[in-house]
Amino acid sequence: MADPVLKIDGLEVLFPGFSGDVHAVNGVDLDVQRGEIVGLVGESGSAKSVTAMTALGLLPPGAFRQSAGTISILGRDVATMSEREMNKLRGGDVAMIFQEPQTALNPTKTIGKQMLRVIELHSDLRGMAARDRAIELLKDMRINDAEEILGRYPFELSGGMRQRILIGMAFACSPKLLVADEPTTALDVTVQRQVLQLLHAKARQTGASVLFISHDLAVISQFCDRIYVMYAGRVVESGPAQKVLGNPQHPYTAALIEALPEDADPGAPLASIPGTVPNLVNPPKGCAFQARCRHAHAACDSRPVLTDVGSKHQAACWLREEISA
Amino acid sequence: MTTDSVMTLSNIHMRFPFGEDWRGRPRGYVHALNGIDLEILRGKTLGVVGESGCGKSTLAQVLMGIRKPSEGEVTRNFGADHDVQIVFQDPQSSLNARMPVWRVITEPVFAVSKRPKAELRALAADLAAKVGLRPEVLDRYPHEFSGGQRQRIAIARALSSDPDVIVLDEPTSALDISIQAQILNLLKDLQAERGLTYIFISHDISVVRYLCDEVAVMYLGQVVEHGASEAVLAAPKHPYTRLLLDSIPTMRATGGLGEALSNTDLPSNRNLPTGCFFKDRCEQAGAGCDVRQNMVPSEQAQVRCCQTVATTPQKVSA
Repeated sequence: MADPVLKIDGLEVLFPGFSGDVHAVNGVDLDVQRGEIVGLVGESGSAKSVTAMTALGLLPPGAFRQSAGTISILGRDVATMSEREMNKLRGGDVAMIFQEPQTALNPTKTIGKQMLRVIELHSDLRGMAARDRAIELLKDMRINDAEEILGRYPFELSGGMRQRILIGMAFACSPKLLVADEPTTALDVTVQRQVLQLLHAKARQTGASVLFISHDLAVISQFCDRIYVMYAGRVVESGPAQKVLGNPQHPYTAALIEALPEDADPGAPLASIPGTVPNLVNPPKGCAFQARCRHAHAACDSRPVLTDVGSKHQAACWLREEISA
Repeated sequence: MTTDSVMTLSNIHMRFPFGEDWRGRPRGYVHALNGIDLEILRGKTLGVVGESGCGKSTLAQVLMGIRKPSEGEVTRNFGADHDVQIVFQDPQSSLNARMPVWRVITEPVFAVSKRPKAELRALAADLAAKVGLRPEVLDRYPHEFSGGQRQRIAIARALSSDPDVIVLDEPTSALDISIQAQILNLLKDLQAERGLTYIFISHDISVVRYLCDEVAVMYLGQVVEHGASEAVLAAPKHPYTRLLLDSIPTMRATGGLGEALSNTDLPSNRNLPTGCFFKDRCEQAGAGCDVRQNMVPSEQAQVRCCQTVATTPQKVSA
């Protein structure tokens, strides 16, 4: 198999703080293969975004420390790349879409100016050719009057429209990897559906790999081929989306699915997960989910590793045999 | 009219002026609510769903009495203004950061009657225990709490004036799934215990289905479908409700995401469309849709759509 587009090995990231270092990422292994749509799912504070931001070198220097682990993008070790090389990579071979379409666009420049800048910076297209490319990208995103939109400012457009423009821009230079951090969380459901459909179709059409970060299990289940479930800076379960969500092997994944009101009986109380996420200044020595887990026992005091529980399906839990039985 | 309604809204319109010409007259109006008729039943939960810009939050303000509607009438079948309370979406900004928790919780009581501190503290301790907070939290400040705990504080505050009605404006959408479940359970328990009436504003249909007895679907400042939540969500009649329900990502879905929708933009509420508001996005739009639609009773719900009339034998004036 060719080099994975993104490979993260044993990543540990901590943020220095007054009351001690916050251990945000505690040993994450992750890979994204060519053409694959991979989901990172977890609650707030599970370090989904930090993992992705570290991989792309987007965290502000000085604010964090990567204490262990290696990251390689398209077969190159990120640690050996200069800032200049990283800048060339980002926006070119690697593109990003963020949650807030308001803040990701420059409010003082027209859509056209911003799109042309990206296209001219990362490709050989100039002038009218670049403009035609921009129009083509917008048309692909189902924006009907693309020529007119190029002359508009971001504030004149709706959130869904802005997000579609950002997706169009992200695909401007045919990226090999697209990192989408909660791209539809700020959008309404009908708009969300449209944006997800367009993003999915475009990724499949161009063969780009997508690392899709979301807290929404339903979105993840429909959008991704393979997922990683994260909890307190660790991967607790990974595997094909349908398998992991259809037959969860880690108590955390199972509890998360049970807590969804989607299939709940309106008369009965919801199965909530007691307690809250552990404080990451002193991350638990053993299993991070131990304190909230109804299956916790003595073995959970030492940290479980990801082990195979099915084909391509892994879970980090000492109890996996008993649960699957 | 049944006797057990706590609030009745009849033909509520809400307009906000925007811009000014040289004489200071508004250049136009934003039509936030366009004729809302709702009856809120005592001890029940009414879910209000719709997309952003459909007027959900303006409706909440009208219900709270914060805003006086431009047209129409709100009838309240309970005592004072403080008998309706609200829990906001963002527990970060809706709690006063400079007050200790016990003051935050008893603010609604303090606002109407000055009572001795000891009494207020006792009340706060009582309510904190009700919503599952430990007594030692009373002297801490809101920033020391997680989102779920802050939302518990907000709920305790809403309870402190012993209200009849609580408006819940997206109370769980800023929370994680596991915490959302805790808060929803708490709300259900409190309702059973105190006979509260909830108006639950949300964009999350699965939460509404779980929590609400009735649901009202809003589109562009109108209720387009209203009925028992089970019936409406299982068999939606209005084309917009169907679109909304079809768009919700679900764990049970098979066969991917389907074909991309072409038009997802809401019409402007500055210049209201003539005829049916949903006409331009509707797949079934026909000749009858050029006139304003009225609510039509069908078997289990009321629907604002003339196309459903064609299939139901009810008589209606267009």
